[in-house]
Amino acid sequence: MSQTIKPAAIAKTFTVRATPEKAFAVFTDGFDRWWPRSHSIGDSPLKTAILEPGIGGRWYGRLEDGSEAMWGEVLTWEPPARLVLAWRISADWAYDPNLTTEVEVRFTALAGGETRVDFEHRDLERFGDSEAADRTRVMMDGGWSLILDSFKAVAGA
Amino acid sequence: MTNALAFAALSDPTRREVFERLARGPQAVGDLARGMPVSRPAVSQHLKVLKEAGLVTDQPDGARRVYQIDPKGLGQIRAWLDQFWDTALDAFVAEVERHADDDANPQDKDRP
Repeated sequence: MSQTIKPAAIAKTFTVRATPEKAFAVFTDGFDRWWPRSHSIGDSPLKTAILEPGIGGRWYGRLEDGSEAMWGEVLTWEPPARLVLAWRISADWAYDPNLTTEVEVRFTALAGGETRVDFEHRDLERFGDSEAADRTRVMMDGGWSLILDSFKAVAGA
Repeated sequence: MTNALAFAALSDPTRREVFERLARGPQAVGDLARGMPVSRPAVSQHLKVLKEAGLVTDQPDGARRVYQIDPKGLGQIRAWLDQFWDTALDAFVAEVERHADDDANPQDKDRP
């Protein structure tokens, strides 16, 4: 069975009572102050969430056990108007340097010192291009026998 | 979607059989149950588990539901991310607006 799935980007628009400068600064420099502790990968709880400034800056979590869990890096850095991050966490919740999905946040000044925030997480179909999905696809080509063999190996069946 | 969940979903031999039949093409519950040594409610139960694991999807076709393999689990990861970002962005808004009040003395710049 071959089938192309292209899911729509996740898009959210909302208004905050702050200037674009403030909103951009809190999103980036203040990242650790708002990023939910539950939103992490790795074997240890998230201790600090870090978004390094500038193109190429890393976006990652420092875990309680001292290890670091990479999520991606900054692709576009245009304070206070625009930020694009690479999200490289695959569909099986592992960092995959070969996976690029984009998270874009735009900050537009409104009257009264408010800011419209346009958020988008796009290229979601690329989750289907990750190594895990490649393995799955190869397994599908084999009539699922390989995935089941793999399962049996894991399960010790 | 995790491989662990998918593997758990496939740990039952009957469920694996249901899954393998769907891998050959989309089918309704009744068609799946025919030729299997288990009851139709049992097949429905297995389909429910497979669906929760992100391995199959279903859609209505008249009065019945047709099940098929969800090859990439993309629908599931999209739904998960949508909720993930709702939570994260709510927290972001709360933090921005908390600090909107003390723009005059930005003392709280250091990360914990």
